[in-house]
Amino acid sequence: MSSTAGAAGRSGIVPARTRPGARWARRIRYYLPAVVVFAGGIVGWEVVVTALGLQGFVLPRPSAIVTALIENLNSPRFGLLPSARATLVEALGGLAIGTVTGVVVALATARWATARGVLLPVAVAANAVPIIAFAPILNNWFGLENPLAKMVMAAVLVFFPVMANVTRGLVQVDPAALELMRSSAASEWQILRKVRIPNALPYFFTAMKLATTLSLIGAIVGEYFGGASLVLGRIIVQSSSALRFDVTWAAILLAAATGIAFYLAVVGLERVVIPWHASMRATETA
Amino acid sequence: MTSEQAKSVTDGGPVVRLSGVDKVFSRGGQPVTTALEGIDLTIGRGEFVSLIGPSGCGKSTLLRLIGDLVAPTRGEVIVNGKPADRARRDRDYGMVFQAPVLFEWRTVEDNVKLPLEIMGRSAADRTARAREMLDLVELGEFAKHYPYQLSGGMQQRVAIARALSFEPAILLMDEPFGALDEMTRERMNSEVLRIWERTGTTIVFVTHSIPEAVFLSSRVVVMSARPGRITDVVTIDLPRPRGEATRESPRYFELVTAVREGLRAGGGLETDEPGLASPERTLAEGAVG
Amino acid sequence: MTSATAARGPLGRAETSSEDGRGRRRSVVTYVLVLAIIFVVWEGIKFVGGVPWREPGAAPGSPILWNPPFRWPIANDLKLPHVWTILLSFGEPWQPAVSSENLGQYLFGAALYTWREAAIGFVLGALLGLALATIFVHVRLLERALVPYVIASQTIPIIALAPLIVFAVGQGIFAVVVIATYLTFFPVTIAMIRGLRSVDPRAIELMRSYAASRAEIYWKVRLPASLPYLFTALKISATASIVGAIIGEDTGGIQQGLGRVITTFNQYYATGPEKLWAAIIVASLLGVAFFLVIRAAEIVVLRGRPGAAAG
Repeated sequence: MSSTAGAAGRSGIVPARTRPGARWARRIRYYLPAVVVFAGGIVGWEVVVTALGLQGFVLPRPSAIVTALIENLNSPRFGLLPSARATLVEALGGLAIGTVTGVVVALATARWATARGVLLPVAVAANAVPIIAFAPILNNWFGLENPLAKMVMAAVLVFFPVMANVTRGLVQVDPAALELMRSSAASEWQILRKVRIPNALPYFFTAMKLATTLSLIGAIVGEYFGGASLVLGRIIVQSSSALRFDVTWAAILLAAATGIAFYLAVVGLERVVIPWHASMRATETA
Repeated sequence: MTSEQAKSVTDGGPVVRLSGVDKVFSRGGQPVTTALEGIDLTIGRGEFVSLIGPSGCGKSTLLRLIGDLVAPTRGEVIVNGKPADRARRDRDYGMVFQAPVLFEWRTVEDNVKLPLEIMGRSAADRTARAREMLDLVELGEFAKHYPYQLSGGMQQRVAIARALSFEPAILLMDEPFGALDEMTRERMNSEVLRIWERTGTTIVFVTHSIPEAVFLSSRVVVMSARPGRITDVVTIDLPRPRGEATRESPRYFELVTAVREGLRAGGGLETDEPGLASPERTLAEGAVG
Repeated sequence: MTSATAARGPLGRAETSSEDGRGRRRSVVTYVLVLAIIFVVWEGIKFVGGVPWREPGAAPGSPILWNPPFRWPIANDLKLPHVWTILLSFGEPWQPAVSSENLGQYLFGAALYTWREAAIGFVLGALLGLALATIFVHVRLLERALVPYVIASQTIPIIALAPLIVFAVGQGIFAVVVIATYLTFFPVTIAMIRGLRSVDPRAIELMRSYAASRAEIYWKVRLPASLPYLFTALKISATASIVGAIIGEDTGGIQQGLGRVITTFNQYYATGPEKLWAAIIVASLLGVAFFLVIRAAEIVVLRGRPGAAAG
């Protein structure tokens, strides 16, 4: 809690000097250990596999993986780029469906207590069900090659975290804020718009960070059980049965990179939409 | 460590002594806040001393310095004849915060036993002491309850029982009744005095409330606004035992005023023009006090 | 008072024991209601747009009981078998030519098998997650260095890693357990990092005033305070371990578990769609049962705390 310079003497607070360089230095110092581990891991991997002369079977050298990645970006057999695109489309579709449904249900449960009593336990129980058991059914319904099957799979995985988190955000509002609104005779819809929804935004983004990963996993799991041949899940299955593990890892790399890019996109969006939130302001505290 | 051992360490000497203590909080190597400046304070055995001052004056910091939960930037803190950190390791003091800080997963009785477990007392010893302390604070029948089943005042009494369970030489209390309503607060004040007289523990008591400080203490240490300095020490010569009658005696009001003056002098109350006492301002200051 | 508010269910309701009974009864009614609704919708769709209804198991020429007005592709008997067909199939032998074991028994055995693998993976994953979280909470440097990779590890679909793990470790139960552990440890790690740190700093101060060691602070304060978070994660991990087991079985060549069963019934879907549905129902029940076990454990362990997680 700093005060202005004028009161500094009396209140005994000395303003801290923050050179612009100091903030960057701190940020670098914060991320340095992770970067070191990454670099060390890659180098170690390469060295160990080469030194021990391990067959590049299960764990090919990083250099081999990168080579496979570049070679197969558009190859007819393992077209990585078109596959990644197709999978991404499925994931995005699933993300959209799951998020919209999750938010709608959350709004319903926040607004009507009876809905809450019914939908919440059902959602919890539904989440306990291993979703992958339904993958074959979805493929049967929509057709093996139809991306919709995978989208539904992804949507189902995305639905619960979104619904649970957004509900929490809509409902766990400071009671004092609600009283304030009621004292101005605000309608339930106004309360929703002005208080509950802004309150729920941080929770929404928390859920989205999880949902992006889940949507990708849902799509790939759906593909595992069957699908068009140029999707990441099928590439992974086919390359590993052909013992081309360098391609498998290249596909995994793409999937992981896509997942991380997704996540970072959400983080960026979050910074734009809720810059006022406490978690956005804090640089690391010891 | 028994109370006999604790007493023998500083035969006759002050039980707490701070000399030339400064505390500056820094961040990233840069000094940011001077919380305390030039603190010299001596507290004798068996005294009941209150620390009072405006928000942010460092009184809680001062308490934590005595408890070695924070280290001084300059100066010396001697507790029970030893440096503060050794006193902490020897468990010479117990602490009570504004919130009871009870462990919600332990029963009341188990909460009281917590320090005794850490100090390695035997199971029989722990049970006996816990029962004794709960009886002292008159909560014996709630031993098997969980904290959430008790009111705020009762939880604080459990916290006090816990703090005293290992018979420390000193009890440090940081605005322990700040979260309670006025009625409960006055009752708790009488409770604390009763316990103090029974156990003879030295008590250092931080508070916001002038009436509370005057009612409880042998001396009231008045602190200034940040950076915290001791501006005045008011000796409270009210006769003991103190009760309802004390709160209505003329001497009580005189002392309350004296403390208030001390606070004002230290910039503790709203003042841009010291000395001006309009009725509105006095009322406002009374509310703050 | 150390806080467990963040570990409450989505609505933060604190339940007293008297409310609990009523709430549980209400939940049961809700589930029954939901199942009834599903039944009605399911058969409703077939009623309006399915193929002609006949006696279950009857030959194609047998009398029609009801002829729906429309024909919707999704409502035919292959894609959407009648609910009673599915339920009846539990009692029939699933491989009539081979054995008289009925489908129900077979599926139950497979589910049990899968559950055993899942349970081992679950326990190992929980222990691993707890160990990692403990290390990260006490050694901040390791946390900053490794947590990004812990998170990144979960962006790699287990489907991709499963064949690799099987290849590296060999077919068999061990691979399955590894896969189940892999899926389980992540929620536990993340939740426990938060949980171990969720302690009221004044409780830590209190312990320091007793000159308690870091180990004592861990066992007496951090761990008990983190239990609500642990259970929230365990409920997720329970399902995750089953998913891991099913995926692992399929890749790992385990014949006896649900993974293989589902794949097989999927292959022979045309000859008996209700069998796949039955298998899916059993898999779902397994997930729910495991979840309920954890929930029961949660109620017992978190007894005495206000606001134990709702749902």
